[in-house]
Amino acid sequence: MCTFSRAPITTGTSVLGIKFDGGVAIAADILGSYGSLARFRDCPRIIKVNKNIILGAGGDYADYQYLKDIIEQKIIDDECQDDGFHLKPKSLHCWLTRVLYNRRSKFDPFWTNFIVGGIQDGETFLGTVDKLGTAYEDMHIATGYGAYIALPLMRDALEKNPDLDMRQAQELLVKCLEVLYYRDARSFPKVSLI
Amino acid sequence: MSSIGTGYDLSASQFSPDGRVFQVEYAQKAVENSGTIIGLRGKDGVVLAVEKLVTSKLYEPGANTRIFNIDRHVGMAVSGLISDARQIVETAKIEASNYRAQYGTAIPLKYLNDRVSMYMHAYTLYSAVRPFGCSVIAGSYEVDTPVMYMIDPSGVSYGYYGCAVGKAKQAAKTEIEKLKLQDLSCRELVKEAARIIYVVHDELKDKQFELELSWVGAVTDGLHERVPADVYQEAEKFAKAAMADDSDSDTEDM
Amino acid sequence: MGPNITTFVMFGFVQTSIMAVEFDKGVVVGADSRTTTGAYIANRVTDKLTKVTDKIYCCRSGSAADTQAIADIVSYHLDFYENETGEPPRVEMAANVFRELCYNYRDSLTAGIIVAGWDKRKGGQVYTVPIGGMCVRQSISIGGSGSTYVYGFVDANYKVGMKKEECLSFVTNTLALAMSRDGSSGGVVRLGCITEAGVDRHVITGGDLPRFYEG
Repeated sequence: MCTFSRAPITTGTSVLGIKFDGGVAIAADILGSYGSLARFRDCPRIIKVNKNIILGAGGDYADYQYLKDIIEQKIIDDECQDDGFHLKPKSLHCWLTRVLYNRRSKFDPFWTNFIVGGIQDGETFLGTVDKLGTAYEDMHIATGYGAYIALPLMRDALEKNPDLDMRQAQELLVKCLEVLYYRDARSFPKVSLI
Repeated sequence: MSSIGTGYDLSASQFSPDGRVFQVEYAQKAVENSGTIIGLRGKDGVVLAVEKLVTSKLYEPGANTRIFNIDRHVGMAVSGLISDARQIVETAKIEASNYRAQYGTAIPLKYLNDRVSMYMHAYTLYSAVRPFGCSVIAGSYEVDTPVMYMIDPSGVSYGYYGCAVGKAKQAAKTEIEKLKLQDLSCRELVKEAARIIYVVHDELKDKQFELELSWVGAVTDGLHERVPADVYQEAEKFAKAAMADDSDSDTEDM
Repeated sequence: MGPNITTFVMFGFVQTSIMAVEFDKGVVVGADSRTTTGAYIANRVTDKLTKVTDKIYCCRSGSAADTQAIADIVSYHLDFYENETGEPPRVEMAANVFRELCYNYRDSLTAGIIVAGWDKRKGGQVYTVPIGGMCVRQSISIGGSGSTYVYGFVDANYKVGMKKEECLSFVTNTLALAMSRDGSSGGVVRLGCITEAGVDRHVITGGDLPRFYEG
């Protein structure tokens, strides 16, 4: 029997990411929606992966937890190696594209989208992967409703002030999440931000 | 070793008539020829120290280290054949990773120790394999309690307050016994560990050595890591000073 | 579930009301006792509070067969762990084993489980493992079909730092309300209180259940 894959169950909504002068910031709310029920009100989905990578996720929370555990073990292996080399944001981003693309090719995608941010060789990095393995890098990235609502706001802000500092970037992200809360029925007023 | 050559020492799967397994004893000999390693368990953590013998000046510094991370919270110091030891380290890492995958929490050292001991012991049972020519000391810091175990080639392991293996284990143990381990903090232990390694090092037989120091405890927030450069230098300075004092007092006595 | 998957498990489908609450020295778990096949009550005294280890219980919702099988497997793993290490497994670990099974077999399982218990390290804990196989700690968790009717009651009446007795009556009230509005929940309220000392089980039968507005 050939069926399409299962649908996501517990989900997180939009994730936002932005580059600023000397860094990157990622933000998302902490709600785990169960259909339209706002069931889990403490589901943080932004993590610090290692010293130079941060990661935000939206979509199915179980898939996110599964991948997070794998990534965390990768980092432990990496640290145990003790060779002074660490996973870099581009590498993690690339790895995620392969894992997600692989699963979509089996018609059983991980129902998640990720935003990877970090610093590599002195340059900031901000990239995204969706559940099909589609990936790109940009100065500012938003997933879900964020792509429709937050992205124009971020573009506008960046056009007015191309050199945001950290505080301004954070304020912008919080502002965007606030607007999303007005218009996204699966959003929540508590957020986490790195 | 009067029984050498009697034919009972060729396989790990055969006892000698007086009830010994020679292959295991030979493996222990391999450990006794290696540089000394010590483990000290204090009030707020565990310190591991290694006298890594450098057999040629042509080697790069920092090569073939003998202290390893097993998981974030577990460290392992090894003595004996380095390649055998690396396999033990790999086994321990896999064990720690499997535990995390199954139970979602960090592996308790007690459990890790059981598993690794079992693994080493299995290699003393069959004719097709030889025992591991290495001993390992594993240390960690769990729920505010320091833990330390040592496993020898026979697969036997004990929990310790302080332990030593390798060439100068006797001298090192004597030094360790003088310490009031349960009262000492990690910072103090690092200095003592460095001193002991320097004291027991035999300059005549082994010219060069590198000191390796790592710790896990309250100071590192429960993470096992090599001691930072400044702590290392301070410990080394302390050790060298203690050595100098020692030789001074020796001359006075004479 | 997804739009293209037909639900064919009808028999023994536990439409349920279950819940668990943490308090300072342990947890209180509770469940109704109804199992239905269609509209017929196949069992009116079901025990949906299932023992996993001495101090860890789970509340089962979803397919009866699936959740019983999962609870048995987890119980086997944790008993094995206890025999191997000589230490009782922690609630966190139990929850993770449940999560692992529910996630890996998510396509073929219908199971919403609340894992609750007491351990030395973190005291009373409640973990929710819903359909889909995620896992999250909550200080209070409700589940099953009946729970949807009482989210408001729970949010309005749950207080941080409730004592054991307060938790027991809070759970009883919540379940009574859920059972009165959910046709698939009913029967008696089964309660369990897990602390360092062990487990206390109570049953509140139909006549003793708290009554609310019934107009």
